Amino acid sequence: MADLTDGRGAVKRRIGTRLWLAGGWLTLLLLAAVFAPLVAPQDPLAQDLFLTRLPPFWEKGAEAGYWLGTDSLGRDVLSRVIYGARLALVVALVAGSITCIIGSALGLMAGFLRGWVDLVISRLIDIWMAFPPVLFSILLIAVIGPGLHSIILAIVIIDWTRFARVVRAEAMAQGAMDYVASAQVAGRGRIGTMLREILPNVLPTIVVLLTLEMGIAVIVEAILSFVNLSISTDDPTWGGMIAEGRASVYQAWWVLVFPLITLFLTVLAFSQLGEGLKDRFDPVLR
Amino acid sequence: MSFLSVKNLTLRLRDNRAPLLRDVSLEVSAGEVHGLVGESGAGKSMIGKAVLGILPRAVEIAGGEIWLDGVDLLALPPAARRKRVGGLAALIPQDPLTALNPSRRIGPQITDRLVDILGWKRAEAEARALDLLGEVQINDPARVMRQYPHELSGGMRQRILIASAFAAEPKLIVADEPTTALDVTVQKQILRLIAGMQARHGTALLFVTHDLGVVSKVCQSLSVLYAGRILEQSTVRDFFAAPSHPYSAALLGATPKYTDPEGSLTPVPEAIIARLRAEIAAYDEAHHG
Repeated sequence: MADLTDGRGAVKRRIGTRLWLAGGWLTLLLLAAVFAPLVAPQDPLAQDLFLTRLPPFWEKGAEAGYWLGTDSLGRDVLSRVIYGARLALVVALVAGSITCIIGSALGLMAGFLRGWVDLVISRLIDIWMAFPPVLFSILLIAVIGPGLHSIILAIVIIDWTRFARVVRAEAMAQGAMDYVASAQVAGRGRIGTMLREILPNVLPTIVVLLTLEMGIAVIVEAILSFVNLSISTDDPTWGGMIAEGRASVYQAWWVLVFPLITLFLTVLAFSQLGEGLKDRFDPVLR
Repeated sequence: MSFLSVKNLTLRLRDNRAPLLRDVSLEVSAGEVHGLVGESGAGKSMIGKAVLGILPRAVEIAGGEIWLDGVDLLALPPAARRKRVGGLAALIPQDPLTALNPSRRIGPQITDRLVDILGWKRAEAEARALDLLGEVQINDPARVMRQYPHELSGGMRQRILIASAFAAEPKLIVADEPTTALDVTVQKQILRLIAGMQARHGTALLFVTHDLGVVSKVCQSLSVLYAGRILEQSTVRDFFAAPSHPYSAALLGATPKYTDPEGSLTPVPEAIIARLRAEIAAYDEAHHG
C-alpha cells in the first residue's frame, strides 16, 4: 500500500551554490586574516624603493615573491590586502554584532510593546535617518578621534536604525497573529511573549540584516580609511590602499584594483551568506 | 451563580471613542454552551476577547464587569488577571494557520501552559499532550509533537489547537469562529469534535459564530448581537421555535435551506435595520451626549 504520510515534513533544502561560494570566500578571508604572519609572503610595511610599482605575476617585469605587485613605496600588495582583511573583519564582526543587538532590541520593543515605547523609538529613528550617514560618521570621528573603537562606535551609532526599522515592522506583523493571543491567554507575560514567541520568528530576518550589516561595516571602514579617518595610517587597510592606488592608477592599476576586488567580493559574500542562511533557517521557507 | 458573568460591558475605540459594545450582559453557567451570533462587526468576537484579556490595543474597556468563577477580572492587576484567566480559560482561535507559532514545534506549544503556568512536570505535560492529540484523532501523535506547524494541514492544526485548548482542563473555552477558516467538509468534523470534547470534559463554551445552523447543533443558549447591543437572549430551543426579536426572525429567515437554496436567500428587511439603527442612535444619545 502506498505511503500516505504527509510529505511536507520531508522537504530538505540542499546547501545552495551561493552559500558554498559566499561561505568559502569568507572562510578563506578569515583564515588569511588570522594567520596573516604565516600566509603573507612579505612584511606588509616593508618599503623597498628598488622594487616600486612591480606589476602582478603574469605581466612582464614581475618579481617572484610579489604575486600581486608592489605599490609606489615598494610594499607588497598581496601582503597588504591580507593584513587589511584583519581590520576589515574585526570591524565587520564586532560593529555588525553590536549594531544588530542594539537595533534589533529597540525594534522588537517598539514593534511589540507599542505605546509610548514605540513612539519614542520611532521618532528617534526618524530623526536619526535625517542625518547623511557618511558625513555624520566623518564628523563623529573628527570629534572623538580616529581609531578602531571610533570606527566601531561610528558604525553602531549610524546603522542601528537599519535593524530597528525592519525588526519593528516584522514584530508588529507577528504581534497581530493569533498565536500571540493564544500565548497571552495561556498566561505568558508581555516580555515573555516578546522573547519566546516573537523573537524566534523575527530571527531569520535579523540574521539576514546582520550579514548585510557586516558587509556595510566593511564598506564604511573602507570609506573612513579612504578619507584617512580610520586607524593609524601605517597599518594596511583596504580603503587606505584604494586611496593610495588612486594617485598612481595610470602607472600601477593593481595597487587600486586588488583591494577593490577583495572589498567587492567580501561585501557580496556577506549579503549572499545572509540570503542563503535565511532560506535554510526559516521553517516556513517564506 | 453563573461561572462567567459579563455585566454591562462597554467597549470603545481608544482614538475616537466610538462604541463597539454597548452595555452587554450575559451569563454562562458551568458546562453550558452559549452561542454569540451576529453580523460581521456586531462585536461578538470582542466579548470573547474582553473575557480573555486579549483585546486589540486600539480598544479600551469603558465600563462594566467580567466575573469569572466569582472574581471580577477587571478589578485584578494585569499579572494576576493573566494568571487567573490562564488557569481557568482557553481560546480556540479563528484561523488555525496563524494560531500556532511557525518557528516552534507542536509539542512545546501545547505543553508550555501546563509547565510554565500550572507547574506540571515536563514529562507529565507531554504525556497529557499525547493523550489529547489522540483524543482529537491525530495519528501518530508522538511524531506530530516533533513537527512544525507548516508541515501540517489546516484541519490538523485546528485539531491541535482544540487539543491545546483542553490541555489544562479549563472551565471555560472561548471558540472564536473556530470553523470559519476551514473548508466545508472539515468544518463538520471539527464542529463534532468540539462538541464531543465539550461534552466529555464538561467545559463551558462561549461559541462565537455567524452561522445559526452551527448554533442549533452545538449550543444550549444564545445571544443575538447587533452593533454591539444584545437584542435577544434565550435558549436555543425557544429561539428556533419562536424568536422574540424581529431581527432574529429575519436572521433565521435568511438562513439558506438545502431544499430551496435561492428562494431562502432573503436579506434582513430595510425597515428592521432602520429601526435598529434608530434604537442604537437613541442609546448613544442617552449615554454619551
